[in-house]
Amino acid sequence: MEKRSLVSINDLSREKILSLLECARKFEEKPNRDILSEMVVGSLFFEPSTRTRLSFETAAMRLGARVIGFSDAATSSATKGETLKDTIMMVSSYADVIVMRHRLEGAARYASEVSPVPVINAGDGANQHPSQTMLDLYSIQKTQGTLENLHIHLVGDLKYGRTVHSLLHAMRHFNPTFHFIAPEELHMPEEYRIFCRQNNIPFTETTEFNEDVISNADIIYMTRVQRERFSDLMEYEKVKNCYRLTNSMLQGSKENLRILHPLPRVTEIAHDVDNNPKAYYFQQAQNGLYVREALICDVLGINI
Amino acid sequence: MNNNKLALQVSALSSGTVIDHIPAEKLFEVVNLLNIPEMNTNVTIGYNLDSKKLGKKGLIKVADKFFTDDEVNRISLVAPNVVLNIINNYQVVEKREVKMPDELHNIVKCSNPNCITNNEPMPTLFHLVDREKRVLKCHYCEKEKNVKDIELL
Repeated sequence: MEKRSLVSINDLSREKILSLLECARKFEEKPNRDILSEMVVGSLFFEPSTRTRLSFETAAMRLGARVIGFSDAATSSATKGETLKDTIMMVSSYADVIVMRHRLEGAARYASEVSPVPVINAGDGANQHPSQTMLDLYSIQKTQGTLENLHIHLVGDLKYGRTVHSLLHAMRHFNPTFHFIAPEELHMPEEYRIFCRQNNIPFTETTEFNEDVISNADIIYMTRVQRERFSDLMEYEKVKNCYRLTNSMLQGSKENLRILHPLPRVTEIAHDVDNNPKAYYFQQAQNGLYVREALICDVLGINI
Repeated sequence: MNNNKLALQVSALSSGTVIDHIPAEKLFEVVNLLNIPEMNTNVTIGYNLDSKKLGKKGLIKVADKFFTDDEVNRISLVAPNVVLNIINNYQVVEKREVKMPDELHNIVKCSNPNCITNNEPMPTLFHLVDREKRVLKCHYCEKEKNVKDIELL
């Protein structure tokens, strides 16, 4: 069997992305399928991430697999000084596939190189989190009917936000127009602007977040402006409420607009938005289940 | 007399490699990159020699040693314009320029403290992503770095 790990969204071609999304769609139609009943999934969360872990473990169980692992490095041998390689070698002798979250960047790439079984990256530090990007793409495609030619507004922390950078990379295949809406301190890093220019992706930039700015949006992708990102807390206090989406701002928005957020949300989306049919963040999280079922099957070489 | 003798000893290399046009301040880095302190052959190191191009230059002559591409290309990290003269039977039989390799195996240290390579006993790997601007990308944490800011292992 071909060993295919999933480490970075940047490794996936347009065709691969589309076929994974199609596979996820089939799982949405029928999430419970007993196709991995002979399999064991190793779920190695060296740092806690309840949301991602539950989603992956539920995906494994809905496919009929059994799950082993840990949810915190404190309960693994890593605290005894065991190397990542040794942990991976040990678990790979028990499990058929490894889902791994690690605080160190590049940990998933390394694990995929030393592991005899496929590895799925469930987040490696500030680097990659490909299953999040895939569920973002799935949500965009599902709500818009296509991934092509969309106006996507990225709002909030565009400097450190791993999810927005990965989304930018993945969308390069689909002729998007991006709109970057962020405070000065958290604007899109230059390397991603260069990336857009190199890939002929048009983009606009503004520090203003208001009704007018979002009037042509197909997707608004909100992110959390984190207090710890600011060296000057006065600045934080000034900007934190500027990048807050309220229901009244959506009055002139397009009919097909949907609002995404990788969650957890704090104050950046007012609770009065939740009942607006354009709010999609909770369904977005649910889509993660179908996408992760597709990813687990894919790395195991199972076609649906 | 002694001076003449010395000059003769330095220039008379019957077979081996002369590494020329090393910026003087990079000389000892190049010496270490080529593992010269570990060698048993006759090695001459010239430091602060006069150079029209560089002002002051360094020069290394290694008898009976022919470097592999991999060894030579390491030099490109610290001194991109170095020239190697391959000597056989007192003649320069080949001049080679160093070229930055597409991949650098276990030569460069990743500057990201949160990179797995700085936390696990493992070799590093970098890809050259922009030859003109001399940009390297860590194979693991995917961070990019200019060659002028790198640290060697």
